[in-house]
Order: sequence, then C-alpha cells, then structure tokens
Amino acid sequence: MIRRLVGGLGELLITAGVLVLLFVAWQLWWTDVVADRNQEQIVQALSEDFLNGRDGTVGSDAFPDLGQDRAFAIIRVPRFGVDFARPVIEGTGRPVLALGVGHYDGTAEPGAVGNFAVAGHRTTYGKPFHTIETLRAGDRVIVETKPTVFVYEVTSHEIVRPWQTEVIAPVPDEPGTAPTERLLTMTSCHPKYSATYRYVTHGRLVKSIPRAQWRLADWSTVKG
Amino acid sequence: MYAALWRVLPGPVWAKAVQCLVLVVLVVAVLFQWVFPAVADLVPFNDNTVG
Repeated sequence: MIRRLVGGLGELLITAGVLVLLFVAWQLWWTDVVADRNQEQIVQALSEDFLNGRDGTVGSDAFPDLGQDRAFAIIRVPRFGVDFARPVIEGTGRPVLALGVGHYDGTAEPGAVGNFAVAGHRTTYGKPFHTIETLRAGDRVIVETKPTVFVYEVTSHEIVRPWQTEVIAPVPDEPGTAPTERLLTMTSCHPKYSATYRYVTHGRLVKSIPRAQWRLADWSTVKG
Repeated sequence: MYAALWRVLPGPVWAKAVQCLVLVVLVVAVLFQWVFPAVADLVPFNDNTVG
C-alpha cells in the first residue's frame, strides 16, 4: 500500500517536472517559431499592400489572428540585421505583441510631430527588440507606411521602471509639454528574461521619403 | 499510473509503444496550442510596455 502510494506520488512529481520543462521549451522556443512565421507573413502582406493594395493596412481579412487589430507599418532596424523587418500593429495588448511591434494608443502617428511610441518583445514571441541594447546614437530606424517612409535616428536610451509612462509622452520625460519635434520611442523589457525594468530607446526623424522615391538599398546601412 | 496505462493498452509491446507515443504527441499538442498560451497570460515576465 505504502509502496504504491509513494510510487504514485513519484510519478506525479516527475510528470509535474516534465510539464514545467515543456512550458519553458514552449515559451523560449516555440513562441519564437510561431511568431517569426506570423510576423514574416504580415510583413509580406503589408509590403504587397504598400505597392498595389488599397489602404496600406492589413487586418483579419488577410490574417485572421489579428482580430480587431490592424497592422499599418513595417519597422526596419539595420543594426538588428539587413533583413530585419517587423510589422507595426495598432495597440499594445498581448495578442498584438505576439504578432509584431505594438503602437501605443494615443501616441503620434509615424512621422508626425510628437512621439511615435512602440513596444516590442525583448525575448520570446519572435523577440523583435532582442538586441535593443546594441542600438547606438545615430543608428537608423526606418518606419515604412504606404504613402511615406520615415527614417529616424537613435538619439539616446534610458532604463526605467514599468510605471514610468513619461518616456512615451509627446516630449519624452516631460509630460504636459507641447511637442515641436518628430520623435520615436521604442520600449522593451529589461533585463532579458525579466520584466523588472524597461529598456527605452529614443530617436528623432531625420528624413521623410515619398513611396515613389523610396529604395531600401539606399538606406540599409546601420548609420546615416 | 503509467504502469496501469501500459496494462490497459491492447496489443503486443510494439503496439503499446506506438500508442504511448501517439498519446504523448497529443498531450504536447494540446499543451502547446491551448494550455500554455493561457498560462503565459498569467505570468508577468513577458511584459514590455510602460503604463
């Protein structure tokens, strides 16, 4: 009787251990596999729409997982790789961030006066901002929309606590101040595999290029 | 628990092994597709937004 009880308990414990390991494998590996595939498909759909589509956005009609959310831009960061391209989607909810980079509600549109603020995963779910700490002042961040492509230049970074929303204010760290510049802010978690802090990178617009004159090859170097 | 499962499965050893494998694949599929995504919403280390 005791033997069977102890044996059964042992099996349960081993099962629990295997389940935890499986969860880690799912989180650290499988979410990347799925997210990389999805994000690539959305970028692909956006690129096609930018060239000969309708309104320059991609929604659930083309990609059911998007649900109510719409992808409307492609973000390219040469420092993260020549081919690095991820979709930018309205909102920063969990489902959005699994499908790309999220645009904070209420922050400026790409290229507009104010702060175009986006969030992306540092680890897991395709980890678009995995190497955000490698960005240096002067590095290019390209935000491609249908009518216009916006080239930003990294200016600075800071590490803050998660509740410090002033980093995405129209003038970063000066909430309440009216903006005059066209800025960019990228947020991600920090350190890697933790959510204790946020790694925040700021940039400013250096060039707006109409779609007709846009050639990626001219802008694919890390710095201007 | 697993010994009982092994006894219940019909057929020779190789058939039992194949059935076990199928069961494992099924369980992992259900976990990856539905259970783990639900659990992941409850753990905080994936947050990367401010606010």
